[in-house]
Amino acid sequence: MQGDFKKLSEIKLGESAVIESFTDDTMKLKLLEMGCLPGEVVTVTRFAPFGDPMAIAVADSMLSLRMSEAANVLVSVRS
Amino acid sequence: MIKRLKVSLVGNPNSGKSTLFNRLTGLNQKIANFPGVTVEKKTGSMTINSGDGFDYQIDITDLPGTYSLYPKTLEEQIPFQVLCDPTNESHPDVTVIIADGTNLKRSLFLCSQIVDLKSPAILVVNMMDQVTKSGVEINFIRLSKELGIPVIPMNARDGDGIDFLKKAIISKITVPENDFIDTALFAPEVVQSIRQSVKLNSNYVAFQIANNIDQISFFNDRQERRAQIKEILNRHGFDHSIMQASETLKRYEVISLLVKQVVKAKNAIPSKEKTFTKKLDNLLMHRFWGYFIFLAILFVIFQAVFAWAAWPMEMVDEAFTWMSIKVHDAIPEGVFNDLLVEGILAGLGGVVIFIPQIVLLFTFIAILEDTGYMARVSFMMDKLLRRFGLNGRSVIPLISGVACAVPAILSARTIASWKERLITILVTPLMSCSARLPVYALLISLVVPDHKYLGIIGLQGLVLFALYLIGFIAAMGSALLMKFLVKAKERSYFIMEIPVYRMPRWKNIGYTIVEKVRVFIFEAGKVIVAISVVLWVLSSSGPGAAFKDVKSQLETADPADTQLQNHLAAEKLRLSYAGITGRAIEPIIEPLGFDWKIGIALITSFAAREVFVGTMSTIYSVGGSDEDIATVREKMMAEKNDKTGLPQYNLAVGWSLMLFYAFAMQCMSTMAVVRRETGSWKWPLIQFAFMGVLAYISSFIIFRILS
Ligand SMILES: Nc1nc2c(ncn2[C@@H]2O[C@H](COP(=O)(O)OP(=O)(O)OP(=O)(O)O)[C@@H](O)[C@H]2O)c(=O)[nH]1
Ligand SMILES: [Mg+2]
Repeated sequence: MQGDFKKLSEIKLGESAVIESFTDDTMKLKLLEMGCLPGEVVTVTRFAPFGDPMAIAVADSMLSLRMSEAANVLVSVRS
Repeated sequence: MIKRLKVSLVGNPNSGKSTLFNRLTGLNQKIANFPGVTVEKKTGSMTINSGDGFDYQIDITDLPGTYSLYPKTLEEQIPFQVLCDPTNESHPDVTVIIADGTNLKRSLFLCSQIVDLKSPAILVVNMMDQVTKSGVEINFIRLSKELGIPVIPMNARDGDGIDFLKKAIISKITVPENDFIDTALFAPEVVQSIRQSVKLNSNYVAFQIANNIDQISFFNDRQERRAQIKEILNRHGFDHSIMQASETLKRYEVISLLVKQVVKAKNAIPSKEKTFTKKLDNLLMHRFWGYFIFLAILFVIFQAVFAWAAWPMEMVDEAFTWMSIKVHDAIPEGVFNDLLVEGILAGLGGVVIFIPQIVLLFTFIAILEDTGYMARVSFMMDKLLRRFGLNGRSVIPLISGVACAVPAILSARTIASWKERLITILVTPLMSCSARLPVYALLISLVVPDHKYLGIIGLQGLVLFALYLIGFIAAMGSALLMKFLVKAKERSYFIMEIPVYRMPRWKNIGYTIVEKVRVFIFEAGKVIVAISVVLWVLSSSGPGAAFKDVKSQLETADPADTQLQNHLAAEKLRLSYAGITGRAIEPIIEPLGFDWKIGIALITSFAAREVFVGTMSTIYSVGGSDEDIATVREKMMAEKNDKTGLPQYNLAVGWSLMLFYAFAMQCMSTMAVVRRETGSWKWPLIQFAFMGVLAYISSFIIFRILS
């Protein structure tokens, strides 16, 4: 499991991953308070028509975020 | 005896605060199914009879939603100020926290912060109908014990739980004893030093102050205090983002444990709403069909607004004509009669007739908002709109701008980036609002023939659709221009929650529409009556001997000689105060094909566009003398150009006028709200100038091309 971090923006449609850390401070605070915590499972549920933004299912809600924002979230893919 | 209490409703966006507020106060705050509906605080009141001789007079404040006590957008500042500034006028005696029961963890995050502020609070767990349906059970007694505050299950839509909440509000609420988490652990020296310098309820208030020292308005009048605290922060190297992150993680850690203890997912079936939402989204947010369906919905709305409204509009028209004749016959002939019938009644009729269309338009928008579809449109449009310097969230201001720009501009508050928000505010007034409808409709009926294509699609309807489209294109084009002109400071965001679909509440929509129509008629009516009266006075009096001369000639002229009568009446108008003003600006507007009479209408509709129709009818009834009540339309149709002798309202003048009204900023309320939202007169003035120039140039060009 170790060392295999990906960006959330690289996860494919329908796949799940576990949030590990954030590479941007402002984004981190915003996402944390909305319940995107390290250890939570995120599932990529949808992409908007031009491939951006993406919708993710995390905890009990569906969130939308832009690819540039998702690139600041590091995740590990469960095997 | 009467006791007064102040209560605030706080909670995450879209958790049902306004629904609960409406239940408690009987008022009609806007409710819709997307985050960020309420962007201003609103106060209402209710009385509770305690049964032991006390009447409680409760002032309830509905607040915008927020995820935490660290505000990130403008509307989130409001609950923050209310809760964290004890001198704020709405600072509550009791805080009612509304949690979304289907998303308890995240709701408890904000709740735990408020618990740690150590002031009386009650937790309402809302959406219980959905919680129960998904087979989840919550142990409220345990939850209440752990949090240290009363907890009440609620279904705000149907009102279950309201009575318990009322009882809880007037019961003696003690502040929670224990801290939910002890924030002093993160920065012991800072918390202690702050508590030594200011008298505070709890460690968390000190920690809050440390994190938000620049935002708390309490310190605006206490700058030396602020400087003192900042000095403490510097001395200890206090890092806001590390501190907030630690606090958030710690809170969620405790909350996770708590939720495990109190929530039992017995036979957890994925809730019907969620499965249904997923299926519907597969269609409505489809890569290709998603856009197609959105366009189809817009098209159906426009067709419906014009097809379905035709019949009720005719009825309104007939009713007004009938009323005008009655009033005309009931009151003795003379100036007052003319003013009432041809100024005020005609002006009002010109606006009232559009109520059926406005009702339909508002209903459709309300349905889109209340189902949760708007959040999807934002999602699908974000990338496209970003190219134009806007944000997915600009969809809501742009679409509701078709109804009225004022609330639309307010709703732009949820856009976190200042630049995207500013551009949204600047271009929203270019969307054709309902006040333009009367102007467009009158002019279209004058200059566009009533052809039908394929039996159903009318040419007049198409032209109207084209005008809306032109407004939208102008808005996007201007946005693109501003994108390069406005300097950006911060980055933009599009982190937004997408709600589950919900069935719209017809009663709620009905009330909203009635309220909107009432405001529309009332506001428009006031302006129209006032301006009609002023205009009447200015157009039937004038300076100097020339005016007096014409006036007395008109009075003594042979009533049978209509030609002379008409000539004299026109001359009288020309020499009146209104006429003089109109003629003064005629040289400026002549290149657009406008004469001085239109000039008068341009001046009067500076404050509000819908005044155009009333002004036209006033001018043409002063300027002509025919006794029978012809409609404004007939009078304008008969108008001849002074120089050419051909009909004044030809295709070129008609289009020139329509484009002018499509683009020019002729709305005082919009300018006032832009000033308020941007904080200075700079932007509304720039907007006024920009839209004015755009209007002038477009009208000039179209007039040249068509004539
Ligand atoms: N099923 C269900 N839906 C509810 C309940 N309470 C509110 N809603 C719905 O939830 C949605 C949001 O309600 P609002 O009252 O606008 O929420 P709000 O908290 O004021 O939202 P913001 O102003 O955006 O912060 C609406 O579609 C309501 O009809 C409830 O108890 N059960
Ligand atoms: Mg609300």
